[in-house]
Amino acid sequence: MSRIQSTFQRLAERREKALIAYVMAGDPTLEDTEDYVLQLAQAGADVIELGVPFSDPIADGPVIQQAAERALRSGTTLKKILATVRSLRAKTQIPLVLMAYYNSIFRYGEAAFCRDAVSAGVDGLIVPDMPPEEAGTIHPLAEAAGLDVIFLLAPTSTAKRETAVARLSRGFIYYVSLTGITGAKLTDKADVEKKVREIRGYAKTPVAVGFGIATPDDARAVARIADGVIVGSALVKLIAEGGHAAVTDRLSSFTRSLKASMLSA
Amino acid sequence: MMQLPDARGRFGAFGGRYVPETLIPALDELAREYEKARRDPKFKAEMDSYLRQYVGRPTPLYYAERLTKKLGGARIYLKREDLCHTGAHKINNTIGQALLTCRMGKKRVIAETGAGQHGVAVATVAALFGLRCEVYMGTEDMERQALNVFRMRLLGTTVTAVHAGSRTLKDAISEAMRDWTTNVRTTHYILGSVLGAHPYPMMIRDFQSVIGRETRKQILQAEGRLPDYLVACVGGGSNSIGMFTAFLKDKKVKMVGVEAGGLGIESGKHAARFATGSVGVLHGTMTYLLQDDDGQIQLTHSVSAGLDYAAVGPEHAFYKERERISYTYATDEEAMAAFDLLCRTEGLMPALEPSHAVAHVMKLAPKLKRSQVIVINLSGRGDKDVHQVARIKGVSL
Repeated sequence: MSRIQSTFQRLAERREKALIAYVMAGDPTLEDTEDYVLQLAQAGADVIELGVPFSDPIADGPVIQQAAERALRSGTTLKKILATVRSLRAKTQIPLVLMAYYNSIFRYGEAAFCRDAVSAGVDGLIVPDMPPEEAGTIHPLAEAAGLDVIFLLAPTSTAKRETAVARLSRGFIYYVSLTGITGAKLTDKADVEKKVREIRGYAKTPVAVGFGIATPDDARAVARIADGVIVGSALVKLIAEGGHAAVTDRLSSFTRSLKASMLSA
Repeated sequence: MMQLPDARGRFGAFGGRYVPETLIPALDELAREYEKARRDPKFKAEMDSYLRQYVGRPTPLYYAERLTKKLGGARIYLKREDLCHTGAHKINNTIGQALLTCRMGKKRVIAETGAGQHGVAVATVAALFGLRCEVYMGTEDMERQALNVFRMRLLGTTVTAVHAGSRTLKDAISEAMRDWTTNVRTTHYILGSVLGAHPYPMMIRDFQSVIGRETRKQILQAEGRLPDYLVACVGGGSNSIGMFTAFLKDKKVKMVGVEAGGLGIESGKHAARFATGSVGVLHGTMTYLLQDDDGQIQLTHSVSAGLDYAAVGPEHAFYKERERISYTYATDEEAMAAFDLLCRTEGLMPALEPSHAVAHVMKLAPKLKRSQVIVINLSGRGDKDVHQVARIKGVSL
């Protein structure tokens, strides 16, 4: 069983939901990221998503775009991110998931990436611009290497696509709560609930919901519906405010409030 | 002829659909609607009627006698896409996509633009079909192409400035894709070139292939035979693929795509994807790109905004590897010289994009025999570039 699977299982036994915290790797530097990840883990995050910066992030809103720009300015590359993961693995067993655009993986080499990522201690991979149709080559490589490829579903996904993604996705299924980009505002929680219930009908894989979850109240509402709550832009905003020690404090207290709110769901 | 791409939108290894899940159902809908339309005689009739009555097709194939004499070799013909309504071939595609938008019952269209030619062509059809329209444009390009920004606004379009990234075409496309992801249920994205996720490269090629069909008929009438060379500039590659498609099976017709050599390949400031690029994925499609070792998209440069983009259409990548089409480049300087030459020998002011094609012909034609024939796709006229040309020549207007 992978680290992601066992985390969801452990939480389910306690009737808890997973808090999945996203930060951009290398924002503002990889040394900072390493500290932030440890802080998030300590404050109650159950899974960490590390963004891999890309010059043209079509699924991201301005907050994460600018984080990617900061990360690229500090010389962040996929190779260096894997080195950071290796270093993190010596300090924490929290599941680590990379969120990368397809070109980053393709350029690295799909086979080499799966091998190096798993050896560094990466547990899962989310590629927002790789629908199942384009995962034909990486999927068997990832399966063989023991890397969970997490696919996304959206409000526009048809039942047929929900079935296919539910079957393919490992670790969890990433349900995008709204038609839009990261950092947008989540308005229709009833619709999310309906879709998550539908997806659950197709698979036992846990369903985590992301996009538009910015406050402890949002997190609580989504925790009632789904197995996991993904928070990204709200954390990245705190990092953007700057000052290493201050950021660490802010991340910590915000994560605690998210988790506490989810526990009261 | 039209069997490419395959059902997955692949031209060999290239193409595909690398977009967020949210957009996949919309691409499926578009592909379905396009398939239906293409088999519907009513759609074809409507399209033909707009192309004839509104765009002004067929455009002439003009024998450039003075240019031919001046270069002293092959006989040179110009396919006059510069005479299309709005001044470039772009409108062949926007008419088609606007008709599809109406068939899908969508009321809003969005688009990206670099030089502003596609933006103007979209703003024009939006006015014609009563669609709400928003065009994304990098702030850098808005400054370079202020005239086209105003033209779009006159046509009732909202032009939205994109401040992200390099503030050029690449970022305008990203922003349009973000808008589309958000408003996908009510909005159609009118992409301007043979780029993006399937079915765009196929559909836009088909809409532009009218250029080649006309050219074939016209050259047979004028010369009684097929041309030896077709030459066209390649940004995304819609005007070139539009001209080349009708000749792909004619093995004796050589085809040359001319990319932007910018300040020269050694300078690193260019958009010659086939000269130094490598395979990757940008904006939904797998193709040749200018990227660094980490897969970050590189900044490009060209005197012509329409060629200033890091990726080339996936079908071009396919024909490049098959060696059916050959690709070369012309520098800013060579394009400017070609611009001047065409102005002065023929009284035709080309856009800076096809000036790159003319620049290649200046090298090619003298090496050929008088009995040989070259057709250049004169894909747009130069009115939009007058300010840019003045700036380069150091003239203040």
